[in-house]
Amino acid sequence: MSTVTNQTPAFAIRDLAVYFGLTKAIRNISIDVAAKAVTAIIGPSGCGKSTFLRSLNRMHELVPEARMTGDIRLFGDDIYARNIDPVVVRRRVGMVFQKPNPFPTMSIAENVTVGLQLNGVRDSSLLAEKMEQALSMAALWDEVKDRLHAPAISLSGGQQQRLCIARALIMQPEVLLMDEPASALDPIATAKIEDLIVELKKDYTIVIVTHNMQQAARISDTTAFFYMGELVEFGATAKMFTSPSKKQTEDYVTGRFG
Amino acid sequence: MNTARKRYGDTVFRCLTLLMALSIFALVALIGIELFEGSGKSMHKFGWHFLVSSVWDPIAEEYGALPFIFGTLVSSAIALIIAVPISIATAVYLTELAPRVVSQLLTMFIELLAAVPSVILGLWGVFVMVPWLRDHLFPWLQNHLGFLPLFQGPIYGVSMFAGGIIVAIMIIPIITSVSREILQSVPKLQREAAYALGATRWEVTRISVLSYAKKGLFGAVILGLGRALGETMAVTMVIGNSPQIVKSLFAPGYTLSSVIANEFNEATGSLYPSALFEMGLVLLGVTVLVNALAQLLLTTFAGPNVKPQN
Repeated sequence: MSTVTNQTPAFAIRDLAVYFGLTKAIRNISIDVAAKAVTAIIGPSGCGKSTFLRSLNRMHELVPEARMTGDIRLFGDDIYARNIDPVVVRRRVGMVFQKPNPFPTMSIAENVTVGLQLNGVRDSSLLAEKMEQALSMAALWDEVKDRLHAPAISLSGGQQQRLCIARALIMQPEVLLMDEPASALDPIATAKIEDLIVELKKDYTIVIVTHNMQQAARISDTTAFFYMGELVEFGATAKMFTSPSKKQTEDYVTGRFG
Repeated sequence: MNTARKRYGDTVFRCLTLLMALSIFALVALIGIELFEGSGKSMHKFGWHFLVSSVWDPIAEEYGALPFIFGTLVSSAIALIIAVPISIATAVYLTELAPRVVSQLLTMFIELLAAVPSVILGLWGVFVMVPWLRDHLFPWLQNHLGFLPLFQGPIYGVSMFAGGIIVAIMIIPIITSVSREILQSVPKLQREAAYALGATRWEVTRISVLSYAKKGLFGAVILGLGRALGETMAVTMVIGNSPQIVKSLFAPGYTLSSVIANEFNEATGSLYPSALFEMGLVLLGVTVLVNALAQLLLTTFAGPNVKPQN
C-alpha cells in the first residue's frame, strides 16, 4: 500500500471509460474524489451516474458485456490491477443501494454481521460489539436493540435502509458508495439518512448518486455533474449551485431540464 | 348498448371458464369415487389388514399392500436422494455460473430428457443400466460399503436400487427446471447486496440466493416426489417385481403402480380386480399423505414467506 497523506484522494480516476457491448456509457472521466468528504454525482437519468459509481467497486462487472478502460486508484492502489480480486475491492469499498435490500431470511443482527462472518469472524462477543457499533453509527441501535433477532423485513423502509448502511459500515470500508439511497423513502426517513451521511463524513469518504438537487446541495462538499456519459462540471458544491461555470450545469441545477 | 354487450360477454366468459374449472373437481371426485367403489369387495374382506399384510397370493385370494407401499416409498426415497443434489446443483450452475450459451444448451437437454418416454427409459434400463449395475456398481458398493445391510445379499441387477435410479433420472428434469425458475426469480438486488459486501460467487449463492429461494426449492422437490411416487412404466421394467420387504437395496422390490400395470390384465374373478383397485386407492392415499406431510414440513421449518422485492 502506498503512503497516505491528507492530500491523497480517496479515488484518483483517470480517463475512465465504461462500455456495455458497443455502447460507451462513461466517456473519459478524470476526477479526484476527496477523502473524508461527501462527493455527490448528479445528472439526468441515463447519464451514467450509476455506472460511474459501480465502476468504483467493480460492481459493473456483474453485467456480462461490461468493459472498462482507464485507471482508478483507491488510496494509491490500482483497483483494476491484474492481481486484484474484485472481492477484495468490494470489501474496501462498501455500497448502499437505491432500494433497501436486507437479506429477508435473516434477522436484524444476522444482516449486520453477515459481512464479518464471511470474513471468518466467529467470536460472538466480538460480533456483538461490532454490530452495536455499526448500528449506532447508522443511528439505528436505539430503535432495534430490543428486537435484534426479529426478521430484518419487519423494519420500516427507512429503518431497512439504515440497516443496509450498518451492514456496509461493519466492514469498516474506506469508502461508502450510495446509489440514490433515499429515493425510495419518505421525507422523514430521507432526512434521517441525510443527517447520517453528514455524520458519517467525519470518518468515511462518501460518494453519493442522487436525483435530488436539494439533497446534493445540503449534504455534499463536492459535486460532479454528468450528462450523456460525460463529466460536464466538477467542483465545490457551493459554487456549483450558485455560480456554475457551464451553462448546462446552471440549466440543470435550476431545474430547466433533466 | 356497448356496455350491455360487454356485460353479456363477460357473463358468458365467466360461466364458460367456471364450467371448465369445475370439470377438474368433477374428474377428481369421479376418480376418487370409482376407486373407492371398485375396491369395495377387497375392503370388505380384508379391512385395515390389507394395509399391513405382506401376502400377495392371487391363487389363495390373499392380498396385502405392505410390500408395495414399502417399495413405492423406498424407491422414491432413493430417487430423491440421487435426484435432489444433482437437480439443485444443476439449477445453481445454470442460473449463477454458466455462460449464456452453455446455459441454453443445457436447458434444452434437460427438456429433452423430460420428453423421453418412460418406456424407452425402461428399455435402456433393462438392457444397459441393469447389466452395468450388476457387473460394476453393485459389486463395487458391496466391496466398499458391504458392512451396511443395505448393500448386502445376492446381486441380481434388477432391484429396488435400480428402480430408484430410473425414477431419479425421470424426476431430475422437473426438479431442475422448477428450481431454475425459482433461482432466476431471486431479485438482482439480493445478489448485489451480497456482492457489495465482498462475497465470492459461492457466498453470494449461499447467503442471498439459496436462502431466499429455500422455500421454493423445497416446493420443487415435493413436485418431484409427487412424480416419483406414481412413476410406473420404467420402474416396473427394472425393479424386479417381487413383493418383499428386505433390507438389501440389491434385492428386487415391487411398487403400487407396478403391480397394477403388471396384473390388471390377468385379474379375473371379482376379488382380484377389487384388490388392484384398492392398491390404486392406497397409492392415491400415500401420495396425498406424503404431499401433506411435506407441506407441513415446509410451513414449519422453511420459515415465513418472503415478501417479494425487486
